[in-house]
Formats: sequence, structure tokens, C-alpha cells
Amino acid sequence: MNTVTQVLNNSLTPQISDRLSKNFTRHLKERVIEFILMLAAFSAVLTTAAIMGILLYESYGFFEHVSVTAFLTDTVWTPLFENPRYGILPLVSGTLTVTGVALVIAVPIGTISAIYLSEFASHRVRETVKPILELLAGVPTIVFGFFALLFITPLLQKIMPDLPTFNMLSSGIVIGIMIIPYIASLSEDAMRAVPMSMREGSYAMGATRFQTAIRVVTPAAVSGIVAAYILGISRAIGETMVVAIAAGQQPNLTFNPMDAAATITAYIVQVAMGDLPHGSIGYQSIFAAGLVLMLMTLTLNIIGHITRKKYSERY
Amino acid sequence: MNNQSPQNLQEVRAMIQRHKLNDYIFSIIGLLCLMVGLITLLTLFIDLILQGYPKLLSLSFYTDFPSRRASSAGLLSALVGSSLVMLVTFLSAVPMGVMAAIYLEEYAPKNWFSDLIEINVSNLAAVPSIIYGLLALGLFVYILDLGQSIVTAGLTLGLLILPVVIVATRESIRSIPIAIREAAYAVGATKWQVVYDHVIKYSFGGILTGVIIGMARAIGETAPIITIGALTFIAFLPPSPVTTSAPFLNFEWLSSGFTVLPIQMFSWLSRPSEAFHVNAAAAGVIIILVTLIMNGFAIRMRYKMRKNIKW
Repeated sequence: MNTVTQVLNNSLTPQISDRLSKNFTRHLKERVIEFILMLAAFSAVLTTAAIMGILLYESYGFFEHVSVTAFLTDTVWTPLFENPRYGILPLVSGTLTVTGVALVIAVPIGTISAIYLSEFASHRVRETVKPILELLAGVPTIVFGFFALLFITPLLQKIMPDLPTFNMLSSGIVIGIMIIPYIASLSEDAMRAVPMSMREGSYAMGATRFQTAIRVVTPAAVSGIVAAYILGISRAIGETMVVAIAAGQQPNLTFNPMDAAATITAYIVQVAMGDLPHGSIGYQSIFAAGLVLMLMTLTLNIIGHITRKKYSERY
Repeated sequence: MNNQSPQNLQEVRAMIQRHKLNDYIFSIIGLLCLMVGLITLLTLFIDLILQGYPKLLSLSFYTDFPSRRASSAGLLSALVGSSLVMLVTFLSAVPMGVMAAIYLEEYAPKNWFSDLIEINVSNLAAVPSIIYGLLALGLFVYILDLGQSIVTAGLTLGLLILPVVIVATRESIRSIPIAIREAAYAVGATKWQVVYDHVIKYSFGGILTGVIIGMARAIGETAPIITIGALTFIAFLPPSPVTTSAPFLNFEWLSSGFTVLPIQMFSWLSRPSEAFHVNAAAAGVIIILVTLIMNGFAIRMRYKMRKNIKW
């Protein structure tokens, strides 16, 4: 009897410890995997930190030579000349002018498209149009730059013979077309989030589709639509290749879209194409310009996200 | 007053007619606005083909190095460069993105730490691409001393498309019903077994669409590559990644100088000579074809999946 228990025990003990140890390694493996996955996710935080770190670090070097007041108030930007001057305003004015032209194109067309897609279009139209808009959003910006310089500008020159080869108008128009899909799809999302009962209430009062769309759905979705505009502006400000190709390279304090002028992004491209020594003031100036760009887009993105959150909470 | 309480039936009818007309007019305007995108896309494409077709049809355009003479300049080094850069981008962005998405969807507890990651992912998606170029210039080129090389460009674009991969993977994971996970847990699977054997496999299609869209974006991305200082005149090929003798792989190509398709197109486009614009147009056709095919494939796949999958 005793021997039997012993045999049983002997055969069981290793099994139990074996199971326990398996459980332990199993547990450890799970923990290690979770940690690795967390590190991967944390890379997003690291990237943001690295972006801000690099921009601030190089800009710090820049602002040791240039006073912040001169940077923000001087009206001439010539960091690569003999007598350099470092006023960011001409680059900002170029950026804002291009963005303004883009908005004049994209806001009406994008909004009307969104209203149509959300309130008028049949299921089939929507299913055909949305993929096309997505395709348009996927066209590389360099190709749009070609289009602006060699198609839109010559076309505009037929109407306005005085238009110079490089001008902000054609870049603005093309960037506007580029951000239409963006504004349209974000606004449409906002309109679709408006509850059906509000439309039904409107129809029950005898309103037509158009009246419902304009007077009920659009006001209800307005914060989402505004968020779409803000995110669209942020896109237009950061757009690089179209302006680098078609808007010109000279910083120029002007708000006239018929002029040639460099934007912040075009300046960065122009300097990066040359061979500036690492650590020189010209090299640091692109980081200072980048910091301004980053702050502009970051502010807009934060405002956009807050506005968007608001509308999604309301219903 | 009259408008609010119409006196007779005729006025009511006229009003209804007018409002119906408004509906009709608006739907036409709406359709026209939608067409703007389509028409632009078509014009762009046709314009590129019309300007670039003499080059597109000649075989030597694909097998020649860049040259000072427009007639003998070709795309070879850009084609090879783009492929190698995309390889690095794929290998860096896809594992990182998928792992990050799995963490956020399956593991992350609801606390400030997860919120921080979430905020950063959505913020990174909206950072202008040229800022990534500045990051790469400061960090990869100078601090990590990787130089203006294929690995720098690949990693930069990898960071750039990371949010795209993460967002697509998360959406795909989220669409898997909780019952699938519960069933796996019920038969004793660990969390990782559930994720590896079920979650990743069922979300594979969605991940793939996200990866393709991300890669299509990376292929056409120009600004960050210019910022790190890619050369435009590359008349050599990087060392081959595969060798005939053991160990059959070599990694010298990673640190080689390079050019990519959009950079080549930009350099041709920025020359005043019209002959080079023909080359630029031809390069544009190649770029737009590659991205349209990739995006088209991904979008089609997504629509198909939405229709087919009924959990």
C-alpha cells in the first residue's frame, strides 16, 4: 500500500512541478510580450518628443544669434545674404496667402459636396464617389506641383496675361483642390452623426430636403464642419511640394496672390537643397522656421480636435 | 405674413414648386462640386500622359541613369532607390505599427498613460511631412550619424506612415466581436494566444489595406526626403542586398546614397529647360500609376471586406 502511494507520488510530483513551471514561463512570456507591445506604442510619444526636442534644440542655437523680437517683427527674411535679416513675417504672409486661396476653393466646394453626399446622394452615388475622393487624396503632392506649374499657371496666364510664372494663386488653387476630399469627408461624418429623428422632425413639418439640409442638419453639425475647416487649414499650411515648385522662392511680404512668394515650407526645401554646413545659422534657421510651422499646425490641430469632441458629445 | 399663411391653394402649389426646384438645383450643384475632384484627377492624369508619352514609350528611360542631357536621362537609380527605401520603410513601420495598435486595443488599461499615447498618435497623423524631414535631418543624419542614406530615408518614411498603420490596424481589430476572444479564453488560451491566433489573423485584411495605403503615401512623399538632403544626381546603384556567396545578404546598401522617384521628378521639374519637363511628366505618370493602383487596390479591398464580413 505504502509503496503504491510512493510510486504514485513519485510519478505525480514531477508532473505537478512541471505544470507549475510551465505556468510560470507562460506567465513570464505574457508579461514580456505585453512590455514589448507597450514599447512599440510608446514610440508615438517618443517621436513627438523627438520632434519637439530637435526643433527646440536647433532653434535655441538660432535664437542665441537672433533676438525673438527681430524674428517676429522684422519684415525682411534674408538669412543667406551678406547682411542677413531674420524676420519671419514674409514667410508667414506667403503661407497665409496660399492657405487663404486654398480655403476660398475648398470650403464652398467641400461643404456643398459634403451636404450632397450626406443628404441628397443615393447609396450608389455615395459608394462610387467616396472611393474616387479617397483616390484623389492619395495622389502625391509632387504631381500636384507639376499640375500647378505646368497646367494651372499657363491656363491662368491666358486669362491674366500679367501673371508671373511663379505665383501663389495657382498653388493656392491646387492645394484647395487637394484638401477638398479632406474637408468633404470630415464634414460628411459630422452631418451623418446628426440623429435621424431631427431630419424626420423637419420632414414632418413639410420641409424639403434642401431646407432640412441647410436649416437643420448643417447648423446641428456646425462644430464638426468647423473642425473640418480647421484641420483643412492645418493641412494647407503644412503643404510643401506644390508651393516649393509653383509659388516661387523669394520671401516677399505680400498678401496679393498674384505675386510670387516663398512660404515657410518652401524656404525649408530651398535651404535643404543647398549644401549648408551643419550648425551654421542658415542650417539653424530652417529649424526655427519649422518650429513656427509646427506651432501653427499644432495649435490648429488642438482647436480642431476640441471642436470635434464637442459635437460628438452632444448627441 | 403672406409667406407664412398662404391665402389660397395656388400659392401653396407655387411654393411647393419653388422649393422642389431649389432641391433640384442644389442636387445639380452638389453633383458638379463632387465632379471637381474627379475632373481634376482625370485632367491631371491625361495632361501628364500627353506631356510625358515620348519618354514613357522608350525602354531606355527605365534603364538609364540621370544625365545632363534630357534625352538620355533615365529613371534607373530612382526606381532602385525607391524600392530599397520602401523595403526599409515596410520593415520598420509595419511591425511597430501593428504592435502599437495591438497594445492600444487589447492591452492598454484606461489610464493617463494610454491617453497620452492616443493623443500622440492622432497628433502625429496631422504633423506636416516636412517636419518629419527636419526630425530626420537633426536626429538620424547628424545625431545618430546615419548620413544621407537609404536607411535614414526609410526610417523617416516609416515614422511618417506609422500613424496610418496604427489607425488602420486598430479599426480592423475593433471590428472583431468580443465573443471570438471569449471563446478562445474559455478553452484556456492566454492573452497573447488569443491575440496571435485570432485577433491578428482575423484583422489581417484590414491591416493589409492600411499598410498598402501607408506605403502608397510613402512612395510619393517628397518633402521629408529633400530635407534630409537626398542627392538628385545619382549615376550609380547601391550595392545589391543579395549576394551570390554566403551569407547571401549584405547590408552595405543601407548606408548608400540614393535618389527616389519623386525627388528625381522634382529635380527635372525645377530645371528651366522644357525637355526636362517631359522627363518630369513621364516620372509623374509612373508615380501616379503606382499610387493609384496601390490605393485603388486597398480601397476596393476595404469595401469588399465590409460587405463580406458578417460576424
